[in-house]
Amino acid sequence: MSRVLRIGNGAGFWGDNLDAPRLLAESGQLDYLTLEYLAELTLSILAHLKSRNPDAGFVTDFPTVLSSLLPALQSQPQLKVVTNGGGMNPTACARAVSSILAAGGLPDCRVAAVSGDDIFSRLDELQATGEDLRNFDTGKPLGDLRSQLASANVYLGAAGIRQALEQGAQIVITGRVADASLTVGPALYEFGWSDTDWSRLAAASVAGHLIECGAQVTGGMFSGWETDPPLANVGYPIAEIDADGRITITKPAGTDGAVTVDTVAEQLIYEIGDPQHYLTPDVDVDFSQVRLTQTGTDRVEVSGAIGAPAPPTYKDSMAYRDGYMATGTLVIYGPNATQRARQCGEMLLQRVRRAGHVLARTNIECLGSGQVVPGVAPPVEAPEVVLRVTVQDPSKAAVERFTREFAPLVTSGLPGVTGYTGPRAKPWPVLAYWPTTIHRDRVQPIVEVKSASAWNS
Amino acid sequence: MSNTITLSEIAHARSGDKGNHANVGIIAWTDAGYEYLGKVLTEPRVAEFFLPLRPKQVQRYELPGIRAYNFMLNDVLGGGASRSLRIDSQGKTLGLAILRMEVPTPPNIAEMLRPATV
Repeated sequence: MSRVLRIGNGAGFWGDNLDAPRLLAESGQLDYLTLEYLAELTLSILAHLKSRNPDAGFVTDFPTVLSSLLPALQSQPQLKVVTNGGGMNPTACARAVSSILAAGGLPDCRVAAVSGDDIFSRLDELQATGEDLRNFDTGKPLGDLRSQLASANVYLGAAGIRQALEQGAQIVITGRVADASLTVGPALYEFGWSDTDWSRLAAASVAGHLIECGAQVTGGMFSGWETDPPLANVGYPIAEIDADGRITITKPAGTDGAVTVDTVAEQLIYEIGDPQHYLTPDVDVDFSQVRLTQTGTDRVEVSGAIGAPAPPTYKDSMAYRDGYMATGTLVIYGPNATQRARQCGEMLLQRVRRAGHVLARTNIECLGSGQVVPGVAPPVEAPEVVLRVTVQDPSKAAVERFTREFAPLVTSGLPGVTGYTGPRAKPWPVLAYWPTTIHRDRVQPIVEVKSASAWNS
Repeated sequence: MSNTITLSEIAHARSGDKGNHANVGIIAWTDAGYEYLGKVLTEPRVAEFFLPLRPKQVQRYELPGIRAYNFMLNDVLGGGASRSLRIDSQGKTLGLAILRMEVPTPPNIAEMLRPATV
């Protein structure tokens, strides 16, 4: 039997459970632990942090998690960690992590920073030489928004991760790479696959897609539970991959949750578009014929992914500044709670107008009355509802004024208003999403590998 | 036998966001259920169901290997994760919502129910 690579994913987003990576590394018998931290707009937030402090701009959960992984790294010399937690600043992240490794008795551990995805400083040059940066969802040209851009990051593929591993890295820290590439990179390196071996790349990409959201494939979020199960100790997922691209999804024994054909099916369709073209920088995957087979308790074999050549362009995720937002809540109790909540919300917005501010966008929600998905659940008379009012406006002062209008409603609004005890809501700057593409030959990964002690010398 | 069933009796579902679009995947428990979903869960029917979200376009895709349909609902998230003024800015709840859809009770409903777990 050929060798089986075990890749576990211990984080599905920045803010995921802090103990999950350690628990998975301790019990998963892993070759690789991946940690996926970057949602669509995480990088724009990190860009803002980096603009204030040149040593910031990476996912601060990662050094915390890495500290918890020191015993596992010491007792399991084969274990490697691959993460996109470098965010906007993989080299600063590598330095931070290297101090922890050096102080933790692992000064020789080799740490890689993989960058090159951040093309913000090159946008003028790229535009001048034929990249039009059109929004691929709406077809709109970038136009005046150019001056509002805050970040621009290309989704790189597995190549940079492979190069880092070839140079002996045990910890690989990337900026933006496609989520699935965190899994594809180790498989490419370990099995020596060609980067045009589309069917194996497709299989590994499906594996990466299935584990990238952590416990969402092991029973978290599963809509098919017949009775609500305990999930406090839910197991995080492991993908087993062999040299031929055979895939099994599983989880550590003795953990909560389940890996069944049904939990895996739900994650297979999670956040995909056209299943015949799941595009990654590594391969164009056809999910439509994927089949799932239960091969044991908490073991599901995944087969049938079809690969086609990778697209000629990289996805480039940009963010532009789009004014300010704020949201606030109150609780409205008593008869006609829903109707009175709406009236309170309207009163609040009237007072903002009276103060001379016309807010660009406003929304009133009466939560508890079926408005989370409007028009679906039949209306019921709720004994109380949560009034949530959210606004957006180019003027920070207007949004600031809005946040002041919640507290007065407790005394100067309708009866039954409560729930105003916390600090006042604060306006936050909105960073809006502008997805576009860049031709592949314009961007290359930059790989730097050094020992932990050398990163800070 | 009641004249209608909810899709929750014959399927399970998951939803999420892609920019300002949501995807809603719905998976039949059995082959018969998948065939029935194919008939009743048309693009216009799903667009009508989510009408209050004002989808600009609804596109249906098939994943026969897992007995699933994937629906893309365009521009339903009020601007997407960072700009949406709604509490469910990422469309997480739309999967459970679609399971509430009422459809005519098919004559072979027994073949569509979730098989007993072993």
